[in-house]
Amino acid sequence: MKKSLKARNNDIANTARQMEILSNGVFASGELPTFAEKIKKTHQFPLRPNKLEILQINLGYMCNQVCGHCHVDAGPDRKEIMTIDTMQLCLDVIKTTEAHTLDLTGGAPEMNPNFRWFVEEASKAGIKDFIVRSNLTIIRANKKYYDLPEFFKKHNVHVVSSMPHWTRGKTDKQRGNGVFDKSIKALQELNAVGYGLEGSDLKLDLVYNPSGAFLPGDQQALENDFKKALKTEFHIDFHSLFAITNLPISRFLDYLIASENYEEYMVSLVEAYNPAAVTNVMCTNTISVSWDGWLYDCDFNQMLNLKVASTVKHISDYNEAKLQDRNIITNQHCYGCTAGAGSSCQGVVA
Amino acid sequence: MSKNYYDAADLRKFSKITDWSPELGNKFFDYYGKVFEEGALTAREKSLIALAVAHTEQCPYCIDAYTKDGLQRGITKEQMMEAIHVGAAIKSGATLVHGVQMMNKVDKLEM
Repeated sequence: MKKSLKARNNDIANTARQMEILSNGVFASGELPTFAEKIKKTHQFPLRPNKLEILQINLGYMCNQVCGHCHVDAGPDRKEIMTIDTMQLCLDVIKTTEAHTLDLTGGAPEMNPNFRWFVEEASKAGIKDFIVRSNLTIIRANKKYYDLPEFFKKHNVHVVSSMPHWTRGKTDKQRGNGVFDKSIKALQELNAVGYGLEGSDLKLDLVYNPSGAFLPGDQQALENDFKKALKTEFHIDFHSLFAITNLPISRFLDYLIASENYEEYMVSLVEAYNPAAVTNVMCTNTISVSWDGWLYDCDFNQMLNLKVASTVKHISDYNEAKLQDRNIITNQHCYGCTAGAGSSCQGVVA
Repeated sequence: MSKNYYDAADLRKFSKITDWSPELGNKFFDYYGKVFEEGALTAREKSLIALAVAHTEQCPYCIDAYTKDGLQRGITKEQMMEAIHVGAAIKSGATLVHGVQMMNKVDKLEM
């Protein structure tokens, strides 16, 4: 298995280096407008929060996979995971937040040793939509995870899973050898306990990321193709497909540069810029919490170490009213969320 | 001036065609956009046809554009290659079928 950029001491693992790349080149030369210049034209700068809807908590960067596009640079060698003390601070916030959705992500959040305790405690808070982002293969990675489908069901967790394609070749190329077969098995096991079935309250949604330097196509058309192929070949059901654009940061940025696709990809993002998507972009309704409790506008800003521009910066000082009165930090990576129909952890936004 | 006849970056300038003849250029782009909308054929089917024609017309810009378009639509490389073979088969068939004309001419001229 490959190692993370961090473990390889790759230059791109340094967030300052990523910011330098995103700020220079075609943007410094004026060939392409910066994101700030672009949204100024439609009087949307500075970007400000709308009503808070989603509290997204990253339980750690440890993962059983090393996907080629991962914006977290997650992997088995990443040891940063949320402690039980920070989880307790998060639970205090979950009990009082105005957000209707709690979204647990990683890495593989299930690998945090206190994951189950946290889910049990958080599910008592009466959150309307409780999401766990599962990479699917974790369910088949080790015996101790085999009962995850039953555990998710018990706590009425909304499972959102990554699945880049309905073919083995494309999936394994992006996510590693054997990932497709394990993912199919995991989806069948989730179906077996009632997840993803028509009319079922046990929600199972899939996330599609393009497996290369191109943007996602029409979300509905892709969902139709996924449903047809997975049903016909593997008898798998799921509810919705979220098409998410790969943002030019971390491992995907490294891939873009190494494959000499960086400039053309940025041109594609800028050309596909849609001002309507800016209005509903994910950072306007989300607060992202890192494994060590710092607060960010979104998971991407977290990975670039761009903490919220607020007097409240850490979960230990959490104050929702103060946080909502802030300017959102943007840079050129934000073009990834405003291209075409837009992109967020919940799929298209425009 | 570029040293090459084709420059991949020129595809980005395609819309500038309207600069020197806005009326005709805009009519073309309106028509082009309309053609590729969902209709009796899906946008996916149209993308594959466009890819095959791009090859028979040997247009490097169109090949780049419709390969990327196909990937975005989730079209597999096997499907793309089959579409190109359809184009190649028609192109070679179109050459070969003219052989009948040659045969007719030979039959007419020879004793």
